Amino acid sequence: MTTAENELKPLMLASQDGDAAAHRALLERLSRHLRAYYKSKLARTGRGAAEAEDLVQEAVLAIHLQRHTYDPAQPLTPWVHAVARYKLIDFLRRTRASRADVPIDEADDITAHDDHIGAESSFDLRRLLKQLPANMQCAIAAVKLDGLSVAEAAQRCDMSESSVKVSIHRGLKALAALIAGRTEP
Amino acid sequence: MKTDDLIAALSNNVEPVDHRLVGRTVAIALGLALIAALGLVLAGLGVRADLTTPRAVTFLFLKLAFALGIVGAASVYLTRLARPGGERKISLGLAALPFGAIMLLAAISLGQAPSSHWDRMVMGDQWLECLISVPIIAIVPFAVVIWAVRKAAPTNLVQAGAFGGLVAGGVSAVAYALHCTDDSLPFVGLWYGGTIVLCTLAGAVLGPRLLRW
Repeated sequence: MTTAENELKPLMLASQDGDAAAHRALLERLSRHLRAYYKSKLARTGRGAAEAEDLVQEAVLAIHLQRHTYDPAQPLTPWVHAVARYKLIDFLRRTRASRADVPIDEADDITAHDDHIGAESSFDLRRLLKQLPANMQCAIAAVKLDGLSVAEAAQRCDMSESSVKVSIHRGLKALAALIAGRTEP
Repeated sequence: MKTDDLIAALSNNVEPVDHRLVGRTVAIALGLALIAALGLVLAGLGVRADLTTPRAVTFLFLKLAFALGIVGAASVYLTRLARPGGERKISLGLAALPFGAIMLLAAISLGQAPSSHWDRMVMGDQWLECLISVPIIAIVPFAVVIWAVRKAAPTNLVQAGAFGGLVAGGVSAVAYALHCTDDSLPFVGLWYGGTIVLCTLAGAVLGPRLLRW
């Protein structure tokens, strides 16, 4: 088993238990691997670093939203690789590249390299947020952008705590769909 | 937007998640699918009238064993396929095992019968009813199963869709078996097996459209 696997898996397990610091460390580490992965894959199809960063953020959002689908009995690297590759294929398909462009790769490719030179993606979270229903906007802005607790957000948005949680989850899913849809012709 | 800003935002107030949710959702969907299919058969078609005869009971159990074998294997694989990378842990051969077994039994049964009986053993009385009923009964189970898989994150949408269709077809065959009075192995192999394969192919075609995330 690789060192990346040994270091990343405990972070994922802690993140599944709701450990915010571990979650952040996990996403930071994974975003560097994802950046290197997407840059190398996109370079072969003649695309640039900005598009790679869009994909990094799509994948980071997907990993955040789908972290419950990781089965702790399995190694983490293949799970991350499957998510990263799925988002790559989805991106290439909707930008009308041929499926043949998707290079053959293996699970270990995902943690093979590290790239911490973060570029800016082409989307803006606050601007995308405005396209969501008001309750989702308010819940995400309060909890995720302004760092309020769920209880404080419930008060600010005049919703119950459970509907704040549901609004955040559904809202982030809707955001992910907006991000994925925005490059559609 | 900088990726670090996105990560910082996502790391505010991280909720614990339950990694057993995927399995539980598929199990619930399977239960609902069975209830829907059984309900439709009981209300729409009715249970076969001769269910008190030993021959009818034997064949009912045989059909149920075939269909439940498919549902069992397919739902284990569907749960795997619902998770990213699950397609690496799928054995298509194992999923096809019930089909191979029923075909083998059908061939043996045909081999033991005089060829003048073959036509009747293969076509039965109600092949058309079976051909139409199994896919129709499978519609609601398919929708419920796809709903469950959409709660997770399949990364091979063709396979996930196909196994969704296979589960739905198997569930539908379980329910239809209560009504069906055609008791021959070649009939079960061809018409049950064939209609379940049809559901599987439909699932494979619909998967990429229904399961994208």
